[in-house]
Amino acid sequence: MPVEVIVKTLFILIVVIGALAPVMTWTERKQSAVMQDRIGANRADLGGITVLGLLHPLADVVKLLTKEDVVPLGANRIMHLLAPLIAAVPAVIAYGVIPFAGVYTFGQDTISMVVSNADWGLLYIFAIGSIATYGTVMAGWSSNSNWSLLGAMRASAQMISYEVTMGLSVVGIFMVFGTLQLQTMAIEQDATFRILGFLEYLIPGLQLPAFLSAFPFVLPKWGIFLQPLGFLMFLATIMAENKRPPFDVPEGESEIIAGYFTEYSGMRFGLFFMAEFIEVVVIAGLVTTLFLGGWTIPWVSTADFIGVVTPALGEGVATGLCVIVHFLMFMTKVVVMIWLQMSLRWGLPRFRYDHVMDLCWKGILPLSIANIFVTGALLLLLGDAS
Amino acid sequence: MSAPLFLFYVFAALAVVSALGMVLNVRNTVAAAMSLVVTMVSLAGIYVLLAAYLVAAIQIMVYGGAIVVLFLFVVMLLNLHSDEFLPARQRWLKFAGALLGVFLLVEGLRVLGGFHEPPPLPEGFGGYRQLGLSLYTDYLLIVEVISLLLTAAIVGALILAKREID
Repeated sequence: MPVEVIVKTLFILIVVIGALAPVMTWTERKQSAVMQDRIGANRADLGGITVLGLLHPLADVVKLLTKEDVVPLGANRIMHLLAPLIAAVPAVIAYGVIPFAGVYTFGQDTISMVVSNADWGLLYIFAIGSIATYGTVMAGWSSNSNWSLLGAMRASAQMISYEVTMGLSVVGIFMVFGTLQLQTMAIEQDATFRILGFLEYLIPGLQLPAFLSAFPFVLPKWGIFLQPLGFLMFLATIMAENKRPPFDVPEGESEIIAGYFTEYSGMRFGLFFMAEFIEVVVIAGLVTTLFLGGWTIPWVSTADFIGVVTPALGEGVATGLCVIVHFLMFMTKVVVMIWLQMSLRWGLPRFRYDHVMDLCWKGILPLSIANIFVTGALLLLLGDAS
Repeated sequence: MSAPLFLFYVFAALAVVSALGMVLNVRNTVAAAMSLVVTMVSLAGIYVLLAAYLVAAIQIMVYGGAIVVLFLFVVMLLNLHSDEFLPARQRWLKFAGALLGVFLLVEGLRVLGGFHEPPPLPEGFGGYRQLGLSLYTDYLLIVEVISLLLTAAIVGALILAKREID
C-alpha cells in the first residue's frame, strides 16, 4: 500500500510540477505574445537548438537560482524567508485528493487512481487553500515595505471573501452527487442522462419517444450540465482565489508595483511565481473533476469501454488501455481548462478593487445561496430521477 | 512507537510550543497571530489522529484560515505598536488567566485519572454524514438558536459600524 501511494505521488509531482508548470510559463509568454501580435520567447538556446523557445523555463530557473537572495533592511527575516514556502506548498499538496483516472480491478487488486481517497476530499482542498492565504500575508507584512503591505491587505481581504463564496458555490454539486469524495464524484459522472427524462418522472404514464433516448438528447452526467450556474460561480471564485488577472488587484503592477512580493528576488520570487502556475493546474484539475466529469469519456462509461475492448485484447490489456485513455481524457480536459484560464487572463482588464468586492458579496454570494435553494427544491421534487 | 503515537507527540509538542510563542510574543502582534495559526493547525492534526476528520477540516478552514486572517487584517490595518499593550494594564487579566490555568490543570489531571481504553469507533465516525445528521436532528434547536445569535451579532456589528443606516 505505501509503495502504491509513493508511486502515485511521484507520478503527480512529475506530471504537474516537473512538466506542466514549467511548460506553462512558456505557454503564457507565447499566448501573451500571440494576443499582442509579438513573437514571444524564442531566443534561449542550447548549442544552437531553440525548440520554439521551450528552453526558456530552464533558462529562467538557472537565472533565478543564481541571483542574489535579498532580504530587505528592517524586514522580519524568518517570516520573509518562510513566506514563499507557505505560498507554494499548499498548491502542491492540494493535488493529493484529485483523481487522475478511475478505479480499476486487475485480477484480485483494486486500484483507485488518486493518492488519497479521503472521505472529506473537497474540504481538504478548501482547508489547504485557506492556509495559502498566510503565504501572501506573511510576505507582505514581513517585507517592511508599503507596497507589500498594501498588497497583503488587498490579498487577505480578497481571499477571505472569495473563500466564503467558493464554498457556497459548490454546495449544489455536493447535493447532486451526495458526496465530498472527489473519486466518487467522478464515478457518478461516468454516466449519461436524458435531457427530458424528468418529464417521465413528473407525469406518470408518460412514455417519451425513443429518439429522445438517442445521441443528441442524452448528455453526459457532468456537473456543468447539472449545475451550470455553480460552474460559472466556482470558476470565477477560484480564479479570484488564485489572484491572477483579471482578479490581480493584490499585485496590480500599475498601482503597487508587484504587491505582496515586491521585495522578493531570486528563487524566492520564483517560488511565488511557480505557486501561481501550480495553482492554475490545481484549479483546472478541480474544475475538471467537479464539473467536467473528471477522467470519464463522454457518452462511454468505463464498463462499456472495457466490455467492447475485452473480446479483442483480453481483460487485463483492456483495463490497462482504459487507464491510459482515462488519464489522457483527464489531461485533455485539464489542458482545456488551463487554456480557458490563460485566455481570460490575457483577454480581460483588471477589476477595480471595489468591483472585485462587490462581485463577491453582492453578486456571487446571493446567487450561490439561491442556487442551493433551487437545487434542494429540485432534488426534493425529482428525487432520484435526474 | 507506532506512527500515530509519534505523530501525536509531534503535533502536541508543536501545539504547546506555538501556544507559548503566541502568549510570550507581546511585542510582535503579527508573529503572535502566526503562532496561533500553528497551534490551530497542530490541533487539527490531533483531530485527524482522533478520526474526527470533519472537525479537523473545519478547524483549519474556520479557525486557522478565516478567523486568524481577520485578526491579522485588523492588526495590519491599525498598525499597533508594542507600547499600546503595556503589561501593567493587564494585571487582573493575568490573575484571571492564572486562575483558569490552575482550573484546567486540575481538570486535566482528573480526566487523566479516569483514563481507560476507548471503545472501538462506530462505522463512519467523524464523517460529515454523522455530524450533519446529529446536528440537524438531535441538536436542531441548539443549531437554530446559535444561528439566531450569530445573525443578531452581524446586525449589531452593522449598526455599530454604519451609525446611520440609509
